[in-house]
Amino acid sequence: MELPLYATYIAAGFPSPADDHLEDRIDLGKYLVQNPTSTYMMRVKGSSMVDANIHEGDILVIDKSLRPADGLPVVCFLDGEFTVKTFRMIDKKAFLMPANPDFKPIEVTEDMDMRVWGVVVWVLHKPQKL
Amino acid sequence: MTSLYALVDCNNFYASCERVFNPTLNGRPVVVLSNNDGCVIARSTEAKELGIPMGQPFFQIRNLVESGQVHAFSSNYALYGDMSERVMQTLAQFTPNVEVYSIDECFLDLGDFYSINLQAYAREIKRTVWRWTGIPVSLGVAPTKSLAKVANKLAKKSEKANGVLVLTDPHHIRKALQATKVEDVWGIGGRYARFLRKRNVLTAYDFTNLSESWVRQHMTVVGVRLLKELRGEPCLELEEAPPPKKGICTSRSFGKRVNSLDEMQEATATYAARCARKLRQQKSCAQLVTVFVTTNTFSEHDRQYYNSKTVCMPVATNSDMELIHYAGIALKAIYRDGYFYKKCGVIVTGIIPENQVQLALLDTVDRQKHAKLMEVVDGLTDRFGRSKVRVATQGTDNTWKLKSEYKSPCYTTKIGELQQVWVR
Repeated sequence: MELPLYATYIAAGFPSPADDHLEDRIDLGKYLVQNPTSTYMMRVKGSSMVDANIHEGDILVIDKSLRPADGLPVVCFLDGEFTVKTFRMIDKKAFLMPANPDFKPIEVTEDMDMRVWGVVVWVLHKPQKL
Repeated sequence: MTSLYALVDCNNFYASCERVFNPTLNGRPVVVLSNNDGCVIARSTEAKELGIPMGQPFFQIRNLVESGQVHAFSSNYALYGDMSERVMQTLAQFTPNVEVYSIDECFLDLGDFYSINLQAYAREIKRTVWRWTGIPVSLGVAPTKSLAKVANKLAKKSEKANGVLVLTDPHHIRKALQATKVEDVWGIGGRYARFLRKRNVLTAYDFTNLSESWVRQHMTVVGVRLLKELRGEPCLELEEAPPPKKGICTSRSFGKRVNSLDEMQEATATYAARCARKLRQQKSCAQLVTVFVTTNTFSEHDRQYYNSKTVCMPVATNSDMELIHYAGIALKAIYRDGYFYKKCGVIVTGIIPENQVQLALLDTVDRQKHAKLMEVVDGLTDRFGRSKVRVATQGTDNTWKLKSEYKSPCYTTKIGELQQVWVR
């Protein structure tokens, strides 16, 4: 039978004062991922966009179970590729806002072959090359 | 009525997995190939409509693939396995009683849900799986597992049902049975189907009108169980944990023809280790290990050879080292020079629970040490992936390895193979 390590201290003498306060270390995975079943990752391609604060090589953590809401960054499949856009609701119309001023906002209409794939919940960015 | 089961079935599962991360494939014919790119093992609806049959050899459709009319993928079990797990975990949100029936099928016990709007609940299940995983599923809901299978099949076929069919009303159940051919009933194989058709039993409904004694006489007690199930009396319960396997086989065709003992030893060792890991996962040990080798029986100009050898080990084991050792002995006994081998495999049988192993009187193996080492190896495998740590016999080049020219990335299990997303 396996015993937790600290339990053996009790017989040996004074119990460790920390025993009642044992906690698990912070698990980054748990912190970043609310719903593991519906969470996926993708790797960012393309020149970095200061506006979006998303850079080449970053990893996006995407939750497919969340619904897009005004102001949320989303991954969508548009014209044959995955792209990140900001979802906006303006006057009850849905728009996908690009991060680059050279690109125009896209209004989402019924007949478009466009699907929001998931909502970006984290952008994992490494500040320098390690 | 109190019992209620749902059968959830992923539509064209392998093709659907490929589409989640590659939506350009939507609406296009997609096929998935067997290990070694041999033949078609899964098809999208569009590929079925093109008339590509299951099991078609790949070379016969190679021109369709090369001209871009059909999209072909080598099987990517890392991806399919993970997506399957996600589907099952999503389903587990809806009821704690889940029986995973295969990689793409699952029974749910909905016995407690009779009072709610089942149609709406089933739709909600379908929608949630779609949203969380991107995999389309069909649901059949009925008082028994066999009827749930019937409902599921119809749910897929009928446009009106749109993927969800709830059969609780006796009138609806009868109509569904009438619309189901006897050969399409779960558990009625080809031979029984022909036998029944000859006696003018053409539909599942005709089958339910047979007498119990007649069915018992001609189709054994298994047939009686099916009869009762289709009449709405549950005989098959949910099996939440699959029973331990009675035999485990690991075998693959080689990507190229192999004609050296070294390469055969590597392959055999790799398969033996895979069997050992499966044994450890189900906490059991095997007493017997069988190795078989075969040349390509389709090749007309090669000399043919097939042989197998079973070794009874002194003590039942699940250690990589021991299984590799005895599999190697078996291989050496049957390996002959001068043949081009196409396939080899390792089968372990005589499987018993780990804690019921009889030790030999003169056992020279330090079993505790082996067990500890294997525990470490399994831990490393879980963390760093398969075959990162292995017994040297397994080799490192694996020139005999599978051919998989059309494999998609492991989008969800390898950090280096994530789907790319553009910022523009």
